[in-house]
Amino acid sequence: MATEAHAAEGATGYIVHHLTPLSAGEGFWTLHLDTLFFSALLGGLFILFFKTAAERATSEVPGLVQNFAEMMIEFVDNQVKDSFHGKSKLIAPLALTIFCWVFLFNFMDLFPVDLLPSIGSVMFVPYLKVVPSTDLNATFAMSISVFSLIIFYSIKIKGPWGFAKELLFQPFGPWLLPFNLLLKLVEEIAKPISLALRLFGNLYAGELIFILIALLPSYLQPVLSFPWAVFHILIITLQAFIFMVLTIVYLSMAHEDH
Amino acid sequence: MSINATLIGQMITFALLVWFTMTYIWPPLLNSLEERKKKIADGLAAAEKGREDMDLAQKKAKNVLKDAKSQSSEIVSLAQKRANEIVEESKDNAKKEGDRLILAAKAQIEQEIQQTKENLRREVAALAVSAAEQILSAEIDQNRHQELVNKISNKL
Repeated sequence: MATEAHAAEGATGYIVHHLTPLSAGEGFWTLHLDTLFFSALLGGLFILFFKTAAERATSEVPGLVQNFAEMMIEFVDNQVKDSFHGKSKLIAPLALTIFCWVFLFNFMDLFPVDLLPSIGSVMFVPYLKVVPSTDLNATFAMSISVFSLIIFYSIKIKGPWGFAKELLFQPFGPWLLPFNLLLKLVEEIAKPISLALRLFGNLYAGELIFILIALLPSYLQPVLSFPWAVFHILIITLQAFIFMVLTIVYLSMAHEDH
Repeated sequence: MSINATLIGQMITFALLVWFTMTYIWPPLLNSLEERKKKIADGLAAAEKGREDMDLAQKKAKNVLKDAKSQSSEIVSLAQKRANEIVEESKDNAKKEGDRLILAAKAQIEQEIQQTKENLRREVAALAVSAAEQILSAEIDQNRHQELVNKISNKL
């Protein structure tokens, strides 16, 4: 179902069009407007829903909104309690935000691939990538924030010297110091990179398959895209969950003093 | 597909979201959860206490009932005993009264017999005197014979 403008360029043009973000600016100062817009919109939805629930929160019989919000809160709280044994005001809300935000990012993938871009093209928006988690900037923004928190808490809990000692003397003792440092650096840097790339890779691939299905003859599309969408419901939830749990685990590791 | 300034924008958005969640969303919702948990726990405890109280009250009621039963049976047996006593007493009284009445009747009968005997004696004496008077009127001096008759009647 390639749009008219790209019919001439064939399948490649269609795919490239779908994977090109709406951007403004040059070089590093390029802004992906669609990513920024949709992530802010989804973040706003998340805040709106939970703020409504929080304002109406009572200890009486809860309504539907409060019930759902409380279910999420308890789910996240249990995850945090399972792997994090310290006391922190930040980690549980952070985990909730990550889970909901990533889930909503991923959920955008379930809209038909051409729906929002078509609406956009009517409104003179030439390119539109609707799934923020298929943009590396969005995933890295979260994982780098988490990484900063890991570093922050490592230094705060263990002290600068304690953190340095951990980097230099583990796991092989002081005699293999350079090797330790290298290993530890790789381990630490792998955390944000794996977090971001895992989410990005999964969603990018999923989106690409939706695009490929959309290129097939129209009688084949429902047969393929329906099962893939159903399967995708699992993937988007799972990816959001993984991102959340790994964040909790990394932060609890940062809190542990060896 | 390059990393660019979008990253910074996204990080700012993310930080704002986390801050908002941390400040305005998480605490009230968690509070309401904790409060409800406490309420439910309190309710359950109250129910438990209520049940214990009820058990206690039932036990008490059972004891009171048992006491009342034993007391009532005691009272009944006492009353029966008293009734038997009263019956015995009244029997005794009746017997005594009956004996007394019989004695009185006997005494009266005796007295009446004596009276009758006396009367009879007098009448017999009078008859005898009159008979003798009639028989002897012609020939015997009344005064001498009267003395004799009196002597005889006194012997009777």
